[in-house]
Amino acid sequence: MSLTVERTDPTPTGPRDPGLSHRLAERGIDRTLLLLLPAVLFVALLFVYPFGYGLQLSFAPAEGGPLASYAAFFSDPYQRNTIWITLGLALPAALLNVLASVPIAYKMRGRFRGKRLLTIVLVVPITLGTVLTAQGLLNFLGPAGWFNKAVVGLGLADAPVQLVNNYWGVFFSLVITGFPFAFLLILSYLSGIDPTLEQAAATLGADWTQRFRRITLPLLAPGLATTFCLAFVLAFSVFPSAVLVGNPAGETRVLALAAYQAAYEQYDYSLASAIAMVMGAVELLVIAVVLLWRSRLYAGSTGGKG
Amino acid sequence: MATVVSRPAKRRIVGTPSSWLVWGVVAFFLVNLAGVVGSVLVSSFGTRWFGTWLPEGFTGSWYASAWQEFGLFDVVWVTLQVSLLVVLISVLIGVPASYVLARRDFPGKKIVYFAFLLPILMPPITYGIPLATVLYKYGFAGNASGVVLANLVPSVPFVILTMTPFIEQINPSIESAARMCGAGVRAMFLRVLGPLLVPGILAAAILVLVRTVGMFELTFLTAGPDSQTLVVSLYYAMSAAGIRAQQSVDAMAVIYTSTMLVLLVVALRYVNPTQLVARVKETPAP
Repeated sequence: MSLTVERTDPTPTGPRDPGLSHRLAERGIDRTLLLLLPAVLFVALLFVYPFGYGLQLSFAPAEGGPLASYAAFFSDPYQRNTIWITLGLALPAALLNVLASVPIAYKMRGRFRGKRLLTIVLVVPITLGTVLTAQGLLNFLGPAGWFNKAVVGLGLADAPVQLVNNYWGVFFSLVITGFPFAFLLILSYLSGIDPTLEQAAATLGADWTQRFRRITLPLLAPGLATTFCLAFVLAFSVFPSAVLVGNPAGETRVLALAAYQAAYEQYDYSLASAIAMVMGAVELLVIAVVLLWRSRLYAGSTGGKG
Repeated sequence: MATVVSRPAKRRIVGTPSSWLVWGVVAFFLVNLAGVVGSVLVSSFGTRWFGTWLPEGFTGSWYASAWQEFGLFDVVWVTLQVSLLVVLISVLIGVPASYVLARRDFPGKKIVYFAFLLPILMPPITYGIPLATVLYKYGFAGNASGVVLANLVPSVPFVILTMTPFIEQINPSIESAARMCGAGVRAMFLRVLGPLLVPGILAAAILVLVRTVGMFELTFLTAGPDSQTLVVSLYYAMSAAGIRAQQSVDAMAVIYTSTMLVLLVVALRYVNPTQLVARVKETPAP
């Protein structure tokens, strides 16, 4: 990262050289920028440097050419498939969280009694964290849990349904932890849209499908894209729940787990760094696609209270 | 099929089918959520629970045994120390930087902003593994200082990204007026800008606190045996299941959740709930 662009600034503000400091100040470079220095140094030392170190490490395996770690990852289907497993979990979960939030947030616009309470209740899962969610899912959805008791009791199934220690356990945990985030963001975007726009459309005879498709959705779309990105980031780094409620040896062996195992079980730091880089690249790719699509949308004011 | 929103004058008790569907889904979600939380809560108070709706009896002894077995006093103490240090340092580093980002325009500003955005966008494991390797190399990892350093990586950018819009909405002419009235730079920061920033700093600090207490991956990668936070030691207790009674793990999980719940309730008193997640409201396209 070329963080050093403005780092050349400790300007010689001696009285002798008013010309240079003045010219620099005109371009926005003066001593105030020094306030930025700790943060930039911090990011450079603790994020950019380790990242570069990891990148270099991933190209320097113990044996083989510079690309041997990547080759090892991509040639082994057990490792390679973790990409699809992770995407297969994160994309549907993020999509569901975002799409389910829209109608709920739509109904929760405006004021009504108990809105604050309902918001808080919907936000509570944030406090659960992945580990308690995992523990709760194991208890609740397990073969002897309440859910299966109810399902069998109601006659919906003959035998307990297998819902944990497989794909669905991880998926549910992603929905429980991810939904509140998506919901709160969508709610804030939706309440930022001026309701009079829709009322105007209603007076012109648009029914609710038309109002939603022609007015709310286009104004909401950029927010949807951003929310999807953040929800995806959250779901993509799934790690504890994949181990605890998933099937970490098989169908929920996600990228993060593969990287962790390479680093702390095989002590192959080069391979671990390579997997971590692949993970970052895949994630940024998805985000870039979404943001590219977003940049083609309307990006102006939504006219609301913001 | 008119929604209730469009006709405020006409209050309807009977909702439209779409309302019923939406509230039905919400209710279903909440019932299952209550089941997830409730089953842990009931189990942590239960004596023996095999295949019945409720345990045979109730007891509070699992909490005592969890507290002792897992050495929770130390764990909670470490959690507290680590989170407060992270909050303090990230505010000290982040607030001046967000002041510059909010007020100044300088060459390379976009790059700096992007560099602050990246740690939040990246999955923690991606930079966590190289970061842990580097920290081990310099002898920081395996103790509390490594945990603090690792947790600062997403926290500092988080403070910057929440504080920058907050500072932007403070009218800059207040600062100019202070300067005109003869306040020096320091007086301006301490006496004029500081008090105005307090609500924003408080909000950012509480959010960082909530996130640090809940942060699993980075702490997991850098913590040593005596520098585990609550969430990490909970993970170890769970993944080593079988050694300990299921119920004492449940009791520990309840302790963790109640800590987080208290923090969240405190946070919600100061912070608009949407701010909890709106880390970057306008993510600039890179």
